[in-house]
Amino acid sequence: MPAHTQSPLKTYQDHLERGELAYQFSPAANRAVFYPRVLCPFTGSDRLEWRVSAGNGTVYATTVVHPPEGAPFNVALIDCDEGFRLMSRVEDVPPNDVKIGMRVRFRVHRPGGEEPPMPVFVPEHER
Amino acid sequence: MSGLKRGGAAIVGAAESDLGKVAEEMSPIDLMAQGTQRALADCGASLKDVDGLFCATAQARLSVLAFAEYLGIQPAYIDSTIVGGSSFEYHVAHAVAALQLGLCNLAVVAYGSTQRSIGRRQASMREINPYETPFRPFMPSSAYALAASRHMHQYGTTREQLAAVAVAAREWALLNPVAWEKKPLTIQEVLNARMVSYPFTVRDICLVTDGGGAIVLASAERARSFKKQPVYVLGCGQGITHNAISSMPDLTVTAAVASGKEAYAMAKLGPADVDAVELYDAFTLNTMLFLEDLGFCKKGEGGAFVSDGRISPKGSLPVNTNGGGLSYCHPGMYGLFVLIEAVRQLRGECGSRQVKDCEVAIAHGNGGVLSSQSTVILGNQATV
Repeated sequence: MPAHTQSPLKTYQDHLERGELAYQFSPAANRAVFYPRVLCPFTGSDRLEWRVSAGNGTVYATTVVHPPEGAPFNVALIDCDEGFRLMSRVEDVPPNDVKIGMRVRFRVHRPGGEEPPMPVFVPEHER
Repeated sequence: MSGLKRGGAAIVGAAESDLGKVAEEMSPIDLMAQGTQRALADCGASLKDVDGLFCATAQARLSVLAFAEYLGIQPAYIDSTIVGGSSFEYHVAHAVAALQLGLCNLAVVAYGSTQRSIGRRQASMREINPYETPFRPFMPSSAYALAASRHMHQYGTTREQLAAVAVAAREWALLNPVAWEKKPLTIQEVLNARMVSYPFTVRDICLVTDGGGAIVLASAERARSFKKQPVYVLGCGQGITHNAISSMPDLTVTAAVASGKEAYAMAKLGPADVDAVELYDAFTLNTMLFLEDLGFCKKGEGGAFVSDGRISPKGSLPVNTNGGGLSYCHPGMYGLFVLIEAVRQLRGECGSRQVKDCEVAIAHGNGGVLSSQSTVILGNQATV
């Protein structure tokens, strides 16, 4: 039997299927690890625990993509409170209104078809 | 880099291939070979003397094999390190090491790309990152745009200041006969151009051209036997921080801090000694970031620094004197062209854009999405 019966990506996506934003925690480094992987990039240890984020974060960086066709949309980097950063987008507000420092909350987006679910964010006050 | 000898090797030949929009069905290897032929003619060396071969292109997986076969040589030493646009500055450092160790005696570093002719999508293999690609960032522009958003947020940098970089590049390009862009550009025109990924309009973003070229390196002992005055490699440095933009530790600070520090230490020089500054300007933001990270101004002051024409032909610091990736040429991996321009400035070959009394030049390469940084400091005979 292989050391890993499931890839880090598949475990992450399984959590998203359940509506959860998962990340890894390295006890050796005492900090979060993201994106999910088979070793801790801070210590080299293969001991990584899966945790589920509370889903609260802050916009770290933001841009508005203007595609040749279709409406402009947001792409952002979100710093989650547990200490990891991911690429995502902020929904439910016009893309230009997404500002650095804005508090946001995770929600799962299900594109449907073959596409796996994605972690997106909405402004915190929308809850 | 420690272990490399300051001035131990020199660039003895340099040339571009055809640029802009090249003849139909030209291949990237055709352009590498054309650049090599011209660079060898530039120094008066023969292809049969080339025993070190270095190259990179997005359009050939085993590029150095394809290139050696095309040239009909079996080089003693090969290297096709590929770290995006910064590859060629790495090649220079590796060539200096190989020459120093006697692994080869005459090294060619070459590049070719036909991305304008065949389309950007055909030219580079599309990579899927499951943690980024689903959000449809327009890469690489959106990655740099995210970095720009941080710089604007933290330091109050404005779109007008970013635009000033594009305007200065254009002013230099108008002095370069082979530059792609031929018409003047204003800050208003940059701001009003088609928005691509905020805050960047299409005028904040490099050109999409074909092009290539080559440089030839030899040990310092041999360097003076060639046709033109040698351009010595005084310092080399490199650094990497990440691959994907979501893993960049701080979007306002690049590994150019480390690569610059290393290169200055080897060269025993500092930013105040540099006469010509050739930076990899894939985006207007890059010029600002690298001016900061290479010590030409303080972190966060890049916006003010580039304003009021300071880096334009009439300004006090000559930056991107060929017109840069923004206005001269950008075939996808621009790093070789900063080296070629630095060589020409140090030789005094630049005509109306010549920097007066140019003795030291810095050539800085950037790869990926601010991921890889590599700095080469070059000097003429007076510096060794």
